[in-house]
Amino acid sequence: MTRKQRRLTIIGGSLAVLAIAAVLVLNAMRDSIVFFSTPTMVAAKHIQAGKRFRLGGLVQPGSLARGDNLVVTFQVADGSASLPVSYKGILPDLFREGQGVVAEGALDSSGVFRADVVLAKHDENYMPKDVADALKKQGYWKEEYGAKPNDSAKSAGNPAASRAAQGTPQTEQGALR
Amino acid sequence: MIAEAGHYALVLALGLALIQSTVPPLGARWRDAALMNVARSTAIAQLIFVAASFAALVTLHVTSDFSVVNVFENSHSMKPLIYKITGVWGNHEGSMLLWVSILALFGGLVAIFGNNLPLSLRAHVLAVQAWVASAFYLFILITSNPFLRIANPPIEGRDLNPVLQDIGLAVHPPMLYLGYVGFSISFSFAIAALIEGRIDAAWARWVRPWTLMAWIFLTLGIAMGSYWAYYELGWGGWWFWDPVENASLMPWLAGTALLHSLVVMEKRNALKVWTILLSILAFSLSLLGTFLVRSGVLTSVHAFATDPTRGVFILLILCIFIGGGLSLYAWRASALKQGGLFAPISREGALVLNNLFLTTACATVFVGTLYPLALEVITGDKISVGAPFFNLTFGPLFLPLMIAVPFGPLLAWKRGDLLGAAQRLIGAGVAALIVVAVVWAWTLGGSTFAPLAIGLAVFVIAGALSDLVERIGLFRVALGTAVQRARGLPRSSWGTIFAHAGVGVALIGIVCETTWNSEYIGSMKTGDVARIAGYELKLDGVSQRQGPNYREMVAQFSASLDDRLLDTMTPSKRAFTTRGSTTTEAALLTRGASQLYISLGDTAGDGAIAVRIYHKPLVLLIWFGPVLMAFGGMLSLSDRRLRVGAPKPARSLRGLQAAE
Repeated sequence: MTRKQRRLTIIGGSLAVLAIAAVLVLNAMRDSIVFFSTPTMVAAKHIQAGKRFRLGGLVQPGSLARGDNLVVTFQVADGSASLPVSYKGILPDLFREGQGVVAEGALDSSGVFRADVVLAKHDENYMPKDVADALKKQGYWKEEYGAKPNDSAKSAGNPAASRAAQGTPQTEQGALR
Repeated sequence: MIAEAGHYALVLALGLALIQSTVPPLGARWRDAALMNVARSTAIAQLIFVAASFAALVTLHVTSDFSVVNVFENSHSMKPLIYKITGVWGNHEGSMLLWVSILALFGGLVAIFGNNLPLSLRAHVLAVQAWVASAFYLFILITSNPFLRIANPPIEGRDLNPVLQDIGLAVHPPMLYLGYVGFSISFSFAIAALIEGRIDAAWARWVRPWTLMAWIFLTLGIAMGSYWAYYELGWGGWWFWDPVENASLMPWLAGTALLHSLVVMEKRNALKVWTILLSILAFSLSLLGTFLVRSGVLTSVHAFATDPTRGVFILLILCIFIGGGLSLYAWRASALKQGGLFAPISREGALVLNNLFLTTACATVFVGTLYPLALEVITGDKISVGAPFFNLTFGPLFLPLMIAVPFGPLLAWKRGDLLGAAQRLIGAGVAALIVVAVVWAWTLGGSTFAPLAIGLAVFVIAGALSDLVERIGLFRVALGTAVQRARGLPRSSWGTIFAHAGVGVALIGIVCETTWNSEYIGSMKTGDVARIAGYELKLDGVSQRQGPNYREMVAQFSASLDDRLLDTMTPSKRAFTTRGSTTTEAALLTRGASQLYISLGDTAGDGAIAVRIYHKPLVLLIWFGPVLMAFGGMLSLSDRRLRVGAPKPARSLRGLQAAE
């Protein structure tokens, strides 16, 4: 086998594998990508029941209700609209009323969002990215959701110290990653 | 004082790095040995100053000096000593300091143990190393200084994020960084080779141990991170295809490919151009991982947008090194001489196949990780790419690779005999088929995919063993001779066998855990019994306990099997008052390689606690596999061949061992 033939074999094989990979990726892109929506977008777009998507927003304070058998229901709101969510299981440690949440699931025929995953992240101050962006877009963003002390410490002298002096733990943010 | 000294030491290290970046290449150009030797002393001095800087930050954390912002943000005087130390790298600034410390450590090791390298190659390698180091020193000093002071020091710190107060995560980042940053060495060697326009088998022999070392640490680091997620996050999941995890998986895949192509280059002097490209890619992916994790682009676009300095700075570093490396490659690679010929069916061919599948699999992970970011930037649509995507792309690509793994070591160099290799694998194939049949019969009506996957894993393990049997002639020659031969077998051959078997072991664990994992979720009161996979778990009671910097609620379960008490399990829920957050401490009961897993949820008004109980069959194999792989890597690293040809073999041997 000459050098040229050898090279052609390798290039041919590589192209074949890459083509297979491309087909796999495109196929997976079509079937297994989950879109993100906020309650407002759900109301506007009219997503059909049974179609999986991710719902993000703030857990409406006072809406959390625990039923029998670990069923929980709560409302996810984004300022202009809200959507009832039902979930069976144990909520993550970081789940709080008034905090950001991302749930994955689908709408049922009665318009309730049946979540099978409620996302927990490592950091309790962590506002899911999608939620933060969506809230910002609609003008419901509060700086304390996302401000990191590291950032502010640089930009404005030492607010970290003054914040500690004021004793406002809810503005405390931690950068985990 | 200490903070200022640490800061100053870091500035000095930057100065040294700048000298190291410029003087040695000039020396190489002018063929001035004295100038080239500057690289050695500056690399060692740089290591000393960075180590001093790092030691300063550790001291500040240990002594709880809350006048330093970094300590105030991430420490608490009541925190146990071990977590005061590990808290140093539990935050952005400290972890970047750890990053450059490890970079300087590797540079220093090359300087100390690289006496057998040609002078100009060493000068270039250390210079490239210093380019990377300078960029990151500047990054730390300009955007992420860990030594900033607070004007009015508070009395108490804010404590480290509780989930990070765990021994698994204490060791995980240093391991991962040793792996990430270790690839900088192969990158520097590749760039140096391109600058010099010369590359040969000896080059591969110098690069291999460093790549192997980085790969071992990365393997262990990823496995440890996965185990940490498994027991600390309370969900029993061990891999989430999270972008942060993918960021460490991509360099691992590229590094694994690099390890294999380095073998071809060392043995056969072939695949030179490709190996250089892989070296550049492996480190580029490490840099990409650092960018993804450190710029904040994943956690919040907001953080990225309001404080763009960090993200843009790393992005700039990323572009300069990846772009520069690839441009240099495009410009100079054609200057490298062609290597030896080989037929497609040969050991080389098998290793090319391995590289092909590993890099393609890596590319699919890359697409899955970056596509959502790209789409959001371009169209504004938000999507999430999760496990289903990777199962549909990564899985099918890994399958043929696994089938091919046992064939590789059985093929001869240059021109192999596929039929002969297949004949020698008949034993392994039969073993795999028997296992498929047994597992299928045992779990009749269950998943059909699982028995096949387990059969494939058994084929990989048995294939690795047949390679051993073949090499030592077991069953063909007398037992004594076979033992003799096994003793004489090169350690790198043993390394291959262990590493390949490790892949199979991990696969068994993955398949068993995902297929036959059973789960019980419910609320329990004292005296209630939960039944899962034949085990009975009785809730004996709940008590409160005070820890050093938290309060915890401990539930006591007694686990029994067939009315025989096995052990008590005590999952707990810890409330950290300083941060007002809670963590779930899962209780694990290990039975062989399987585990029972209990984690607690909320307590209801009537005193019932929500519990989540899992039985995870053979789950430990998932991490035992990578440990086997890393052990194989270590065996290979200790191989005599990697030291042969060095003028001072005994010395470089000590060097390799000291670096482990």
